[in-house]
Amino acid sequence: MENRVKDMEMKGDRQKKIREKLMFGLFTLCMLAVVIPTLLIIGFIVVKGIGTVNWSFLTEMPSMGMTEGGIFPAIVGTLYLVTGTIVFSLPLGVGAAIYLTEYAKQGRLTRLIRIAVLNLAGVPSVVYGLFGLGLFVFFLGFGSSILAGSLTLACLILPIIITTSEEAIKSVPDSYREASLALGASKWETIARVVLPQAIPGIMTGSVLGIGRAAGETAPILLTVAAFFIPRLPGSIFDQAMALPYHLYIVSTQVPGMPESIKYGTALVLLGVVGVFFAIATVIRLKFKQMNHME
Amino acid sequence: MSDVRNSNAIIEVKDLNLYYGDFQALKNIDTGIEKNRVSALIGPSGCGKSTFLRTLNRMNDLISGVTTKGEVTFEGRQIYDPDLDVVALRRKIGMVFQKPNPFPKSIYENVAYGPKRSGVKNRKDLDQIVEESLKEAALWEEVKDRLHKSALGLSGGQQQRLCIARALAMKPQVLLMDEPTSALDPIATNRIEELITQLKKDYTIVIVTHSMHQAARISDKTSFFLMGELIEQGDTNKIFTTPEDQRTEDYVTGRFG
Repeated sequence: MENRVKDMEMKGDRQKKIREKLMFGLFTLCMLAVVIPTLLIIGFIVVKGIGTVNWSFLTEMPSMGMTEGGIFPAIVGTLYLVTGTIVFSLPLGVGAAIYLTEYAKQGRLTRLIRIAVLNLAGVPSVVYGLFGLGLFVFFLGFGSSILAGSLTLACLILPIIITTSEEAIKSVPDSYREASLALGASKWETIARVVLPQAIPGIMTGSVLGIGRAAGETAPILLTVAAFFIPRLPGSIFDQAMALPYHLYIVSTQVPGMPESIKYGTALVLLGVVGVFFAIATVIRLKFKQMNHME
Repeated sequence: MSDVRNSNAIIEVKDLNLYYGDFQALKNIDTGIEKNRVSALIGPSGCGKSTFLRTLNRMNDLISGVTTKGEVTFEGRQIYDPDLDVVALRRKIGMVFQKPNPFPKSIYENVAYGPKRSGVKNRKDLDQIVEESLKEAALWEEVKDRLHKSALGLSGGQQQRLCIARALAMKPQVLLMDEPTSALDPIATNRIEELITQLKKDYTIVIVTHSMHQAARISDKTSFFLMGELIEQGDTNKIFTTPEDQRTEDYVTGRFG
């Protein structure tokens, strides 16, 4: 009798172990299925593009119908666009998040606003492009310009900035707010001095996601800012500009006899530009983390 | 109920009722907080003692759905007067919380936080306030060489004394303490209790405590709360030795709670 019980236990143990191994294997596979394609894409572009990317490719104007020379104006255009997008979307998004979490009375209205914001994140980017074309380019008369493009991209990434900022602000413990208010600080002082410094690392994470999106989008800028080819740099925010994603689209599909190296070189530079903005956001995040938790 | 209100009262409470939505958390509270005394608020969990403490600096305003009725007078002013400047009130009535909650800033910045918000900008003045406050909170010797290091590196007891120093930096008249030692070990608790005894020379202290021993050791006045009512109040000695109400006696002798 006793023996049989032990036998069963042993069998159960073995089954359990097999199941453990199966699940572990399954999850490892899931992870690999995600990581490997990502690495492959990056690796592929790096390998194919690295030979093209040199100083002159980065700093020269395109020549010979873009089949030779560099992509300097497209890089500059994208830098302008991303910077403009951050300038418009970050203060607005963080402000809206502060309103929603700290000031608004939580209820049906705030729930409605949150649902609307989440839904906005799902709107296809070409629709934002059309919206930007209608509002900024024509109605407000900015024309096809960096300003119109930045504003359109800002609208596109606002939902991301708002949702992640909200999460970051909510994750600041209430005990800090109480401590500050109990010391006779006003609500705004509490937000500015205690809540925001704590929330900035989280806000930066959201911004990184947004920036990546803004830098890579093609459809919205196609309708609001991007030029096929301009042989000079934009002189003001009311100028049209070239931009990396759109340039990549053009060199890949619109120009016959385009050497492959230029396509992959452009793609690699686009990755690099996004990477630089990621790096800046990461440094800011770490700085604030250190400030908050210095020993 | 004996009338404890007298000329020494710095805070007077008359017919105070407080509701969380429909639930009445405080019922007809009448009491006074005497100047330069330690007043202890005791009672079982959920009896309303912390809620009562938080009515004194209007911290309940932060909770939505709270309705407060009745009079709370501090220095002759109604603190529930809609025209009252809550920020100014909280500068005069400081608070220390149950869990030590220093800001994730340096020790110096923690203490200087309140004074800076009320407009002290001069570095020298701030230095002096920080040093005095830390000395008052019996923390100076332990932290004077690491003022610009993070407050989060301090032990729990040190953090709580830092929170006391932070409150003292505002030179409040009243210091509210919401179970300030419940998250601390016995040695740290002891230090805070000693500190409270010293502080009552200059401050009026109201302390919520779960520990009857603590109330007996450090307080001059004790109020016993039960289910939102103030059952009995008076000299601590009397409450613990010859209480008038049976429920008070049951509680202080440990028969429930």
